[in-house]
Amino acid sequence: MSALVVVRRVVTPVVFGVLFLLAWQLFVDVRKIPRYLLPSPSAIGEQVSENAADIVGSAWASGRNALIGLLLGVVAALLAAVIGMWIPLLQRLLAPLASAVAAMPIVALAPVLSIMFSATSDLPRRIIVAIVAFFPVFVTTIRGLSRIDPVHAELMHSYAAGSWATTRVVRLPGAVPYVFNGIRVAASLAVISAVVAEYFGGLQSGVGSRITSAASNTAYARAWAYVVAAIVLGLVFYLAALGVERLATRGRTAENP
Amino acid sequence: MSSLAPSPEDPAVSMTRVEKVFDSGRSGAVTALTGVDLAVAPGEFVSLIGPSGCGKSTLLRLVADLETATAGTVAVFGKSAHQARLDQDYGIAFQSAGLLPWRTVRANVELPLELRKVPRGRRRERSDELLAMVGLADFSAARPHQLSGGMQQRVAIARALAEQPRLLLMDEPFGALDEMTRERMQSELLAICERTGCAVIFVTHSIPEAVYLSDRVVVMSPRPGRITEIVPVSLGERDEDTREDAAFFSAVTAVREALRGHPDHSAHHASSTVRGVDLR
Amino acid sequence: MRLVLRRVAPALRSGGYGVLAAGLLILVWEGYKLIGSPDGVSVGGVRLLPRADDASMPHVGQILERFGRPEVAAAGSPTVLVAVLRAMWFSFRVALAGWFGGVVVGMLLALLMQRFRTARDALLPYVVVSQTVPLVAIAPVVVGWGGNLAVFGQPWQPWQSVAVISGYLAFFPVAVGMLRGLDSPTAAQLGLMHSCAASYWQTLIRLRLPASVGHLIPALRLAAAASVVGAIVAEISTGTRGGIGRLIIEYAQSATGDPPKPWTALLGAAALGLVAAGMVGLADLALGRFTPAKGAR
Repeated sequence: MSALVVVRRVVTPVVFGVLFLLAWQLFVDVRKIPRYLLPSPSAIGEQVSENAADIVGSAWASGRNALIGLLLGVVAALLAAVIGMWIPLLQRLLAPLASAVAAMPIVALAPVLSIMFSATSDLPRRIIVAIVAFFPVFVTTIRGLSRIDPVHAELMHSYAAGSWATTRVVRLPGAVPYVFNGIRVAASLAVISAVVAEYFGGLQSGVGSRITSAASNTAYARAWAYVVAAIVLGLVFYLAALGVERLATRGRTAENP
Repeated sequence: MSSLAPSPEDPAVSMTRVEKVFDSGRSGAVTALTGVDLAVAPGEFVSLIGPSGCGKSTLLRLVADLETATAGTVAVFGKSAHQARLDQDYGIAFQSAGLLPWRTVRANVELPLELRKVPRGRRRERSDELLAMVGLADFSAARPHQLSGGMQQRVAIARALAEQPRLLLMDEPFGALDEMTRERMQSELLAICERTGCAVIFVTHSIPEAVYLSDRVVVMSPRPGRITEIVPVSLGERDEDTREDAAFFSAVTAVREALRGHPDHSAHHASSTVRGVDLR
Repeated sequence: MRLVLRRVAPALRSGGYGVLAAGLLILVWEGYKLIGSPDGVSVGGVRLLPRADDASMPHVGQILERFGRPEVAAAGSPTVLVAVLRAMWFSFRVALAGWFGGVVVGMLLALLMQRFRTARDALLPYVVVSQTVPLVAIAPVVVGWGGNLAVFGQPWQPWQSVAVISGYLAFFPVAVGMLRGLDSPTAAQLGLMHSCAASYWQTLIRLRLPASVGHLIPALRLAAAASVVGAIVAEISTGTRGGIGRLIIEYAQSATGDPPKPWTALLGAAALGLVAAGMVGLADLALGRFTPAKGAR
């Protein structure tokens, strides 16, 4: 990286972030903004260090739900996509559902899932995360499996290769970047829905329920502290998914599915 | 590699009264090829040249069994094109190298062998041989995107030769390369053909390329696609000096005139007929 | 006309498959009710399959029938259908306000980032990262704004908090999609404008903006979905009354005595999401000529 790139990629955003926090702090201090409207960054920081142990614990609870739901959703999506390749009807049925689900507030299923299963378990949330994670992975995997370079198709035909050999040698490896691209999208959605599903009641174990309970006690700085935890959790998932994606697609040309 | 060893007297390719109509029977039917008779002897190098739409790629694809003839017969080493494909009697290379980006150079060359369940040790031996032949022995572990266009095309040629075919089908394989690389690749291709003794059908837009490489140049014309003339070329042993030979130039002229239709035709007519042909 | 048909026909076909898929889901639902245990299936104390009794999984017919009956037993109570439609209308307007605000802010930000290198360097990382973190988590913390703020002398209404959250979620996809679109003209196209000595504004209006439409439409669709989800989540966490999000919670509380009721509100929320996406789909049709890449594919 050249010095200019470092300035552009690192220094500028960091300076901007610091200035933004300073401006926020000054704005709150100088204008004497009451805490219930907008707590200052320093007040939020205090709350983060005061509640550090519980923040880690609740983030772990939400993170576990997000991770388990994500894994369930990804496995189901991969299975459905591969089966959908052999049974096109399944694909045609799931495609409109995928676009419908993308437009619908799936987290709102939380209360009824709590009734169907149990309000005192994490399962309803994990199901929500799995549903939310299923569709992006399914859609990108189908796209990856169905996209085949015509030259590769003809080459395989000229080798008199059967459809399974073509799938194994060309389609499956070709779909890998698409699959991981879908997983990256799903990873972010997983955390978001795991946290938000907690707003709809149920077990009071995760970050989301800590935010609502702090807010209802008008302890807004504490609520913000847990918001920070949720953001960090989202970042961790995103970066982990990005890292796995880079690992899985290393050594390839820069392709953007 | 083939289960039925072709008998030596069979021509590599023999096409009789071949016709190809796309969308046959529908309103948009296009006659891509009509009345094609062509025989390619074992070890012979034949180029197909002609303006866009003359059916030269279609002809090649009929031999490769990537398309099926509407009428007439296509025989490869005395059997149907379909059987020849199943027996892997030919190797093929396209304009785009078509390498699998996630495989190393070696794994790309070994792909056809892998599909034929050739044991690993034997595969490795063969890919070593082939990569040495195309001058890429040092790049066996590289990924396709790390190679230049010319190098990628050499990998594709090595891959086409993997099963020691006695027929090589090439569809404008050097079309995307710069002139310098192109000439070097032509010389390398001739050296490879000499070593392997395989027959080649070579589709190209370039007259000098066709002349330099071929024993015979098949000149085609469009609407409907057909063979108009076959120009024999006898340059003997080719080397870089051949490109400046009087015999080379006279063969180029002969092909150019064949493309124009008549040697004494008016210039403006000629330019429309040879559209799409590289007259360099 | 032909072009419109070509764009509509696949939509109708996939709509048909969508209806078929919904029908199959109903069959699975009713089928599970037939064979499933009323207490579900638990493994190691965790219920893995849902309870199949009518209190947990009401019949589809019961849910539909519930729409027609009054919301509560009291005299003069509207039917559930009316109540759900009213709530949808409320949430729709809030989400629309949020969506509109988010789209405007997102577009302006994209223009700013396209014009000034420093603005892009400073803002883009935050915009990208914010798409990956649960920003909707801030919903509960803006509850305090209701009744405590005044803008231009007007007291801050609770629905405005909801619209702010909704717009906040809508703005990120628009900013990113619009920026990608503004960046999409090729070097040749930009070179042509440059050779014509076109000004920044001329290049913007004749090249960059038209080129951005193809990227903007999917972003608007994402924003529509995000603003609906944002509005619903914000209603719940701010306790704002009147919307479909609040209705889901209210109806869920009466689930023990009235099992089909929460499902009616849920169907309303799902319908609201589809309506929002459908409206963006219509906009897509109207702007069809700007998105040749999609038609050609």
